[in-house]
Amino acid sequence: MKFNQPFSFLTAIAIAIAFPRITKGDVIYVPGEAGSTQPIPVSLSGFTGEAASVIQFDLTVQGFKFTGPDEAQFLLSGSNNGNLVGRASDRINKSTFVNKSYTGASLRRQAHAFVDDFLAAIGRKGLGGTKIAFKADKGKSGEIHIADFDGFGAQAITSDGAIVAAPAWVPGRMALLYTSYLKGNPDVFSHDLSSGQRRAVANYPGSNMSPAPSPNGGKVAMVLSKSGSVDLYVADMDGGNLKRLTTSREDESAPCWSPDGQWICFATKINDRRALCKIPAAGGAVQRISTAGVSNPSEPDWSPDNKWIVFTAQMGGFEVCVVPASGGTATVLVSGEDPTWGPNSRTVVYARRESGRRVLSLLDVPTKQTKDVSRISGSNSQPSWAR
Amino acid sequence: MKASRLTYLVVIALALTFAATGCRKKPTGVTKLPGQRPGQVGDGQPVPPGQPVNPNEGVNSTGFTPLPENLTDLSLFNHDREALAAQMVQFAYDSAAIRSSERPKVDAVAAHMKSAAGNVALLVEGHCDERGTEEYNRALGERRALAVREALIASGADGARITTRSFGKDRKIDLADTDAAHARNRRGEFVVLTPK
Repeated sequence: MKFNQPFSFLTAIAIAIAFPRITKGDVIYVPGEAGSTQPIPVSLSGFTGEAASVIQFDLTVQGFKFTGPDEAQFLLSGSNNGNLVGRASDRINKSTFVNKSYTGASLRRQAHAFVDDFLAAIGRKGLGGTKIAFKADKGKSGEIHIADFDGFGAQAITSDGAIVAAPAWVPGRMALLYTSYLKGNPDVFSHDLSSGQRRAVANYPGSNMSPAPSPNGGKVAMVLSKSGSVDLYVADMDGGNLKRLTTSREDESAPCWSPDGQWICFATKINDRRALCKIPAAGGAVQRISTAGVSNPSEPDWSPDNKWIVFTAQMGGFEVCVVPASGGTATVLVSGEDPTWGPNSRTVVYARRESGRRVLSLLDVPTKQTKDVSRISGSNSQPSWAR
Repeated sequence: MKASRLTYLVVIALALTFAATGCRKKPTGVTKLPGQRPGQVGDGQPVPPGQPVNPNEGVNSTGFTPLPENLTDLSLFNHDREALAAQMVQFAYDSAAIRSSERPKVDAVAAHMKSAAGNVALLVEGHCDERGTEEYNRALGERRALAVREALIASGADGARITTRSFGKDRKIDLADTDAAHARNRRGEFVVLTPK
C-alpha cells in the first residue's frame, strides 16, 4: 500500500485519528478457520491417566472443548492398556475417519500422534511432535532449555552460568540462535543441538542482541550497536556478509521475518512513540505496521500463514495482542508477553507473570483458550516455537 | 468555490507544516543526538501505515562514533565498579536523553578520563526498569549507554577508549515495584577497565 497522492495521505491521517480506541475484550479481527471463535465440541471416552490428559491438553490448545456425546461434533474414543488405540468419528454422519493403534515410543507420544491424526483427518496441522525453546532464569543467570511444545521433557542446552536471552529455533534444523553474556557483553551464538557445537555469529563491541533466523534458515536478522547506535542488521547464518538495514537514532529491537523472507518486522520508536515497522530484508524504506487501539507494541512475531502478527503491548501490564500482518486494529488476547506462533498459525506460546516469576502458557488465538505448559523451576520466559 | 477549496488546501498545508515542525516542545537539558531523520511528522502524529517513515540513507551516515574494536572481549579486563560509582547517571522513563541534572556527572567522568590517572578504558553499562519487555529494554539500555558515551565524547573524552553494554532489566539494583525503585534502576554505570 503506497500513499503517493496527498489526498490518500490526508485521508489516512484522518482515519488514523478517527480510529476509536478499543478496550480489552472487544473483538475486531480474530484469526481462525472461517472466522470461528467458538471451540469445537468433542467427546472423549475410554482413555485414562496420562493418555487422557495429553489428549485433553492438545485439543484444548488447538480450539476444542469437551462435552457429552450428544452435543459433540466429533466423538473420540479408544483405550490405552499398554499401547494406545484411538478412533475418531463424526457424530452426525456416523463416519469413523480415524481408527488406529499405536506402538513404540511412549504412551505420551502415542497420545500426541492420535490427536495429530485426528486433526490431519479434518484438514488441520497438529502440534504433537513440535518443540519449544525458552530461557529459565535462576538468580542472576539463566540457561537455554528445549522441551516438547507442552513443556514435557525439558532439558538445558547451556550450562554457562551467564545471562542468556532470546533463544530462536533455526527453521528446518536442530539448531538455536541466542544471546549470551558468556564473554561479558551480549554476543549472538549459533548452537547446533545435534553436534553440541556452538559458535559466535556476532561478537562485535557493544551489545549483540535479538537474533532472528530467516524462514529458509539462510540468514539472521539481529540488533547490533557496534556503529555507535542501536540498529537492525542482517547477515548470513554464520555471521558473514553483515549488512546494516537501519541508521536511525532510535533503538530497534526484537526482529522477526515474514514467512516469504521478504520483510523483517521489528519494534522501534516513531516520533517518541513506540511502533512496529517492517523493512525489506534486502534493505530499503521502513514502513509502519499500524497497531491501532493498543500502545507500546514490541516483540512481534509473524504467523507462518502470513496473515497475522502477534506482539506484546505495554499498557500498565503486558498484553499479548494480534493484528493483521499488514497492520490495522489490534486485538488484546490475554495478559502476558513475548508471544510466538506455533507451526499451525493459531496456537501461540507466551510468558505470563505469576507471583514474581514467569511461566509459559499456550494460547489458542481464535478461542482464547489457554493452558500452562509443564514448568521447570525458576522463571521461564522468551519462548520460541520450532516451525 | 474554487477560492474556498484553495483556502482549504492552504490551511491543511499549513497545519501539516506546523505538525511537522512547530509543535515539538524542546525539553531542557536534552542531549541532541545526531542522526535525526529528515521529513518526520510531528510528535504524536500517527504515521499512516505503508507510508515510508525512515528512508534508509546508507551505512555510517549518522554521525555516531563506532565502538572501539580492541575492547570487544570484556573478559580480558579487570573491572573496577567502585572508582566512578558516584557518577551513576539516572534516566527518565523510557528515555535515553541525558538530563541537565546528570550532566555534571558526565563532565566529571570526562574530566577524569582526560587526567593522567584516568588514562584507562571505560565501560558504560545501560540498565532499565521492570516495565519494558525484555528485548525492548535490552535495546533501550544499550541506547542509554551509547547516549552517555556520546555525551562523554562531547565533553572531550576519547571515544576510542569507551565501550558499552546493555543489561536491559537483568541487573536491577532495587527490586521493589515503586516509582522510586524504577527510577533507581534506570541508569548508566561506569566501569573502569584495566588489562588483566
